[in-house]
Amino acid sequence: MSISRRIADNQPDHFAFSAENKKKIKTILAKYPKERKNSAVLPLLDLAQRQHDNWLPMKAIEAVAEICDMAEIRVLEVATFYTMFNLKPVGKYFIQACGTTPCWLRGSDDVMRCIKDKLGISSGETSACGKFSLLEVECLGACVNAPMVQINDDYYEDLDYMATSELIDRLTADDVPPAGSVRGRQGSQPEPAPTSLTKIVPFPGAKKDKGDDHA
Amino acid sequence: MLNDKDRIFTNIYGWQGADLASAKSRGDWDNTKALIKLGHEEVIERVKASGLRGRGGAGFPTGLKWSFMPKEVKDRPHYLVVNADESEPGTCKDRDIIRHEPHKLVEGCLIAGFAMRAHAGYIYIRGEFVNEAKALQRAIDEAYEAGLLGKNAAKSGWDFDLYLHRGAGAYICGEETALIESLEGKKGQPRLKPPIPAGAGLYGCPTTVNNVETIAVVPTILRRGADWFSGLGREGNTGSKLFCISGHVNNPCNVEEEMGIPLKELIEKHAGGVRGGWDNLLAVIPGGSSTPMIPKDICDTVLMDFDSLKAVQTGLGTAGIIVMDKSTDIIKAIARISYFYKHESCGQCTPCREGTGWMYRMMERLVKGDADISEIDTLHDVTKQVEGHTICALGDAAAWPIQGLIRHFRPEIEKRISAWRAAAVAE
Repeated sequence: MSISRRIADNQPDHFAFSAENKKKIKTILAKYPKERKNSAVLPLLDLAQRQHDNWLPMKAIEAVAEICDMAEIRVLEVATFYTMFNLKPVGKYFIQACGTTPCWLRGSDDVMRCIKDKLGISSGETSACGKFSLLEVECLGACVNAPMVQINDDYYEDLDYMATSELIDRLTADDVPPAGSVRGRQGSQPEPAPTSLTKIVPFPGAKKDKGDDHA
Repeated sequence: MLNDKDRIFTNIYGWQGADLASAKSRGDWDNTKALIKLGHEEVIERVKASGLRGRGGAGFPTGLKWSFMPKEVKDRPHYLVVNADESEPGTCKDRDIIRHEPHKLVEGCLIAGFAMRAHAGYIYIRGEFVNEAKALQRAIDEAYEAGLLGKNAAKSGWDFDLYLHRGAGAYICGEETALIESLEGKKGQPRLKPPIPAGAGLYGCPTTVNNVETIAVVPTILRRGADWFSGLGREGNTGSKLFCISGHVNNPCNVEEEMGIPLKELIEKHAGGVRGGWDNLLAVIPGGSSTPMIPKDICDTVLMDFDSLKAVQTGLGTAGIIVMDKSTDIIKAIARISYFYKHESCGQCTPCREGTGWMYRMMERLVKGDADISEIDTLHDVTKQVEGHTICALGDAAAWPIQGLIRHFRPEIEKRISAWRAAAVAE
């Protein structure tokens, strides 16, 4: 029996970090004082999730607990507290769509509707083909490029219904578009033209030898 | 309007490289050693003199905050922690610093770390910023390779290590003590203060937590002088600031402007004006979702700085400006914010855990109009019971937007209720 609706019923019997990830674990642990291994719990859970098709089985929780020298329940507590940990399988393309007010004002409902129309899924569901999962999430911090979604690691910004539709078509064909604004806008600059920094100004006191340490 | 020559973040849009060589050409890492040679106290004094106030929302004077750190390092090491857990709805400025100007932040960490006698710093970046974290890690690696971090950083005689730590999705970790808890490998639940982090923070050691923008502007302030920075804006509200303008404007954008710029000028000059013209403006949330909204008549004249906005019962917060035009269902806009706080409450304090859910459910009823007029007062009363009765400010942040709505749009709520009741009677 599952201990929570959020945790997958079908659990693998085994989880072990890959050799490559074991090396990464050493680098991660080196960031914190020796007696503070607990600090590595978030990065290690993230590493485990990346190794395991973007979700964390209970065996991975146990593995992380052992490395961080923590009680398993403490690691599970952490894994359920933070929203980025998936305790159930998700699709190959995990769509996190922002629905908070700044995105909502710019049409995040259209983005959700498009996903529903194309894939038949609402927040918390995985498509019949198993390729897409959708989760409505809270502000992802790209508000001037709203509405936006995060798909796996990448942000896709300045969306509307049509652009979302195109994005899903390309992902269906496994043709992953470059991250960023879907209409090619650079960063967060105003369109159609910048209103500041129009002339690149050399910094005051710019020196001949390009600001190297002169001492 | 701020001149380009007074802008600190000259690569905020990412037109140039974020790499070390490009950063140096913009003035970063220019004789950092000389800034450190000023000494711990002098750096703090100059930051104090510049009038810099924290850019993460609360606006606490930065130099003063640094001065709370013990003057001597005893048995416990000092830590600098940088809050890059940018999650306040409407705010997306730190992201641009991290991906396009990471060396300003890295250099700022060395200087701030030195000022507070820390040999180690952690940058806590929100987990969703995967690509931004990669960009920042690249900058940190470059700085190490060039000898700008590590032993005898930038040949200053000061050893300083800087580490990047990724979060995993929790708004509350932007609260400084929750961030520290999270960095220690626990659930991000805020700590009671006192002790303040400068007394006992990360691993129980003296710690100062600063926002990304706060740290990133420090090197430029020291290079150009406290007078230059304090000459921008007005007293108590000095300097320049990154503003994020989102919502119903023609050209949403981030822009660095002088503190105290009129809101109307900011929106019209940089964001292409309100959709449908200034007269089509309904209300603005001026400093991220926590700050109470202000209606158009206040927006007409208000200045964008800490004290001007405080005077109209709101705040500058993170300077994440959310613009709403007359097509907006203002009750729904706030209900969505209430949902946000319900979702993000850490669950530690009862007034917040229960209150955010209750307020959200009440807001959902108000969106429909399915309520009694007297319940508006009940809701207001509940917001007052949550505000100020929790360990951290998330409870306040959940209460304020609703208070702002009731303060300025009560007739709208009453109209909605009357319409719903009339429809119910007609059925």
